[in-house]
Amino acid sequence: MYQYDKYDEQMLDDRIAQFRDQTKRYIAGKLSDAEFLPLRLQNGLYIQRLAPMLRVAIPYGMLSSQQLRKLSFIANHFDKGYGHFTTRQNIQFNWPALEDIPDILESLAEVQMHAIQTSGNCIRNTTTDQFAGAAQHEIEDSRPYCEIIRQWSSFHPEFAYLPRKFKIAVCGTEIDQAATQVHDIGIYIVKGSDGEVGFRILAGGGLGRTPIIGKVIFEYIEKKHLLTALEAILRVYNQLGRRDNKYKARIKILIKETGLEKFKALVDQEWDKLKDGALTLTDKEIKRCSSYFIAPPYLAKENNPTQLTKPLQQNALFNSWYSQNVTNHKKIGYSIVTIALKETGVAPGDVTDRQLDYLADLADEFSFGEARVTHHQNIVLADVEQEQLYNLWNKLNKKSMASMNLNLLTDIICCPGGDFCALANAKSIPIAESIQRRFNTEEILKEIGEVRINISGCMNACGHHHVANIGILGVDKKGQEFFQISLGGSSKNNASLGKILGPAFSRREIPTVMEKIFDVYLDNRVDSEEFIDTYNRLGIEPFKNSVYAKSN
Amino acid sequence: MQNLIKNNELITDTWEILEKSSGPDALAASSTNSIMVPLNLWKLYRNEAEAYSGNIAIWLDSDEFISEIKSEIDEFSVIALNFPVFSDGRSYTTARELRQTLNYEGEIRAIGDVLRDQIFYMSRCGFDSFLLRPDQDAQACIDAFRDFQESYQSTSVNQNPLFRRR
Ligand code: SF4
Repeated sequence: MYQYDKYDEQMLDDRIAQFRDQTKRYIAGKLSDAEFLPLRLQNGLYIQRLAPMLRVAIPYGMLSSQQLRKLSFIANHFDKGYGHFTTRQNIQFNWPALEDIPDILESLAEVQMHAIQTSGNCIRNTTTDQFAGAAQHEIEDSRPYCEIIRQWSSFHPEFAYLPRKFKIAVCGTEIDQAATQVHDIGIYIVKGSDGEVGFRILAGGGLGRTPIIGKVIFEYIEKKHLLTALEAILRVYNQLGRRDNKYKARIKILIKETGLEKFKALVDQEWDKLKDGALTLTDKEIKRCSSYFIAPPYLAKENNPTQLTKPLQQNALFNSWYSQNVTNHKKIGYSIVTIALKETGVAPGDVTDRQLDYLADLADEFSFGEARVTHHQNIVLADVEQEQLYNLWNKLNKKSMASMNLNLLTDIICCPGGDFCALANAKSIPIAESIQRRFNTEEILKEIGEVRINISGCMNACGHHHVANIGILGVDKKGQEFFQISLGGSSKNNASLGKILGPAFSRREIPTVMEKIFDVYLDNRVDSEEFIDTYNRLGIEPFKNSVYAKSN
Repeated sequence: MQNLIKNNELITDTWEILEKSSGPDALAASSTNSIMVPLNLWKLYRNEAEAYSGNIAIWLDSDEFISEIKSEIDEFSVIALNFPVFSDGRSYTTARELRQTLNYEGEIRAIGDVLRDQIFYMSRCGFDSFLLRPDQDAQACIDAFRDFQESYQSTSVNQNPLFRRR
C-alpha cells in the first residue's frame, strides 16, 4: 500500500489546519453559508437532512487493518456506531457534529486517511477494480496510476472550482468491475500495437439525469503522457463546461454539445502545449509509486489443497459460499474472497464499529493486513491462502458475515435515499429490504442466479441504477413516492444503459413486480443464460407485457 | 478604496477599472492616469485606447479568452482577470495559460469576488496581485499565502511538479 512521506504528511496537516480555521470562522459567523459551502464540500462535509455527513476517501478502495480500526474508532466515538460504504469506494459517517469534524480529520490523518475532495465541484476520489494486483487476467496493476492521479488531483489549484464534480476511474483488468465507462474520465490500461503498455482514455461517461457511455478521446497514449493528457481534458472542461445550469454542467454535456470531433481537437490543442513538458511522468516516479504495490510475501502453495476440497465436499453451506464469494487468484494456492455486506434488514453498505474491527482482524490473519472496498458496497480480502478458506468462512459465519448472496439478487446496490439524503425523492433502503424479504430462500436465489439490482432515491443516480440489470429509481409524483423500473443495464465491459419499463409503481407493488420479471426470465431462459442474457435476447416487450398485464 | 495585496503586502491601488459597458468616452472622462479597460473596449476602440496619455491595462471576464489578445499581451504591464463569483473557476485556467503557456511576465491581478480562501490557489496559478472584496481582512489574506508549504502539481510558482523534486 502507498505510504505517505514527509511531503504527503505535511500537505495533509496543512489542509487540516486550513479547514480548522475555516470551520472556526464559519461558526463565528465570519464566513457566509455560500462561502463555506465549497470549502466544506471539498473536505467531505455535507449538511444532510438530519445531521452533517462526512464522506471519507478510501483511495482506490485499499484499506489497511490499522485504517479499518481507525474507522471503527470514529464510528464509535464520533458517530452512532456505524458507517456506510458508498458506491464510489468511500465511507460515510452520518451523524458527526460539525465542530468535531476537524478532530475527526486529524484522527484520520494519523493513519494517512482524509476526506479531501470527496465532494464538491472538483476532481473526486479515483476508483478502480477491487481485484487490482490480484486478478487473474490483468494487463497491469492499476493502483500505482491511481496513486499518481490522486496526487496530481489533490489540491490542484486550477481545478478546484470546476463547473461540476469530476470522477475518474482506472481499469487494468480484463473484466471491468470499476464501471469505468460511466465516469467523467475512464482510463483503461491497454497494450499498444508495439506491445508496450499504455492507456486508452475515455471521457464524458456518466449517470445522473443524462446517462451516457464515455467516448474515446485518446485511443492510445504512452504512460508518460498520462497527466498531461488528463490536464488537457480538464482544462478544456474548466473553460468551456456550462456553468449556467447545474444539470448541464458535466463534461458529458460539453462533449455532446460541442461534438466529439471538435472536443477532441480542443483537447489536442491544449495537449500540444503540455505534452513533453514538466508534467510528463518520469520512469522514476512510476517506479516509486509501483514499489508500494508489489506482491505481498506469498508462500509456495498448491491449488485446491485437501484443506479446501474436503470441506467443499462435506459442507454444502461452505460450498455455496465458496462458489459465490471466492474468485481465482493470479497466484497459485491463493484466492480472492468477497465478503458481502448485504444482510437483510441492514441498509446495503452499512457496517458497525464491531464489524470494522472484526474485518481488521480477519485482514491481519488471512490477507497480509489489507482489505478493499468495492463499488458494490462489499469488502474484499484479496490474498487468502486456499488452505485457509474454510477457516475464514467459519469465522465469518460466527459473526453472520458469511452471506452468500454475492452478485445474486439480494446483493443490492442502494444509495442512502430518503432516510438520510436531502435530495431524495423517495426512500431507497426500505425497497432493498422488501426485495430481500420476498426472495429469502437460498433455493430461489440460486435458481435465479446472477443479477444486479441497483436503487437510487433520485435522478442523481448515486445507486447507479442505469447500469443495473434491474434499476429502480425513486420519483416524486405529486408528493408521493413512486419507483420507476428499468431493465437491461450493465456496467461490465460491454456497458449498457437500462431501458425504462413503463409507468412507475408504489413501494408496496415492487416485490410483486420483481417476481413477475423473474418469472419471465425463468420461463424463457435457455441453458445457463443469466438474466441479462435472456433480456438481451428477448428485449423488453415480454417483461412489459407480463408486468402490466390486466389481472383478470 | 479597495485593499490591494501585492508581493505579500498591502499597497495602495492606482488603477481605475472601467466597466464592461464603457465606451471610448470613458477614457477621456477618467480622472486618473492609470486605466484598466475591458477586453471589449480594447478590441473595438484600439486607437482611442492607444492614444490615451496615461497607463493602460486590460481586464478579462471569466468567459473571455486570453487567446484573443495573445500577440499583444506584452503591451500590458498588468492583466486583470475577473471572478464574477468566487466559485467560477475559469480565470484560474486563464492565469496559468498566461503564465505557463504564453510566458507572460507582467502582473496578473485577481479582481472581483476575491476572498481569503481562494488566494492560495490563485497564487499557484500565476496571480500575483489581489484586489480584495471590500469586506475581506487584509492580514488574513496575506496569511493565506502560507496555507500550504508544498504542492503536488506543476504550477506557475514552480513548473516542476513534486515528483520531479522528491
Ligand atoms: S441518488 Fe439521490 S437520494 Fe440517493 S443518495 Fe444520491 S442524491 Fe441522495
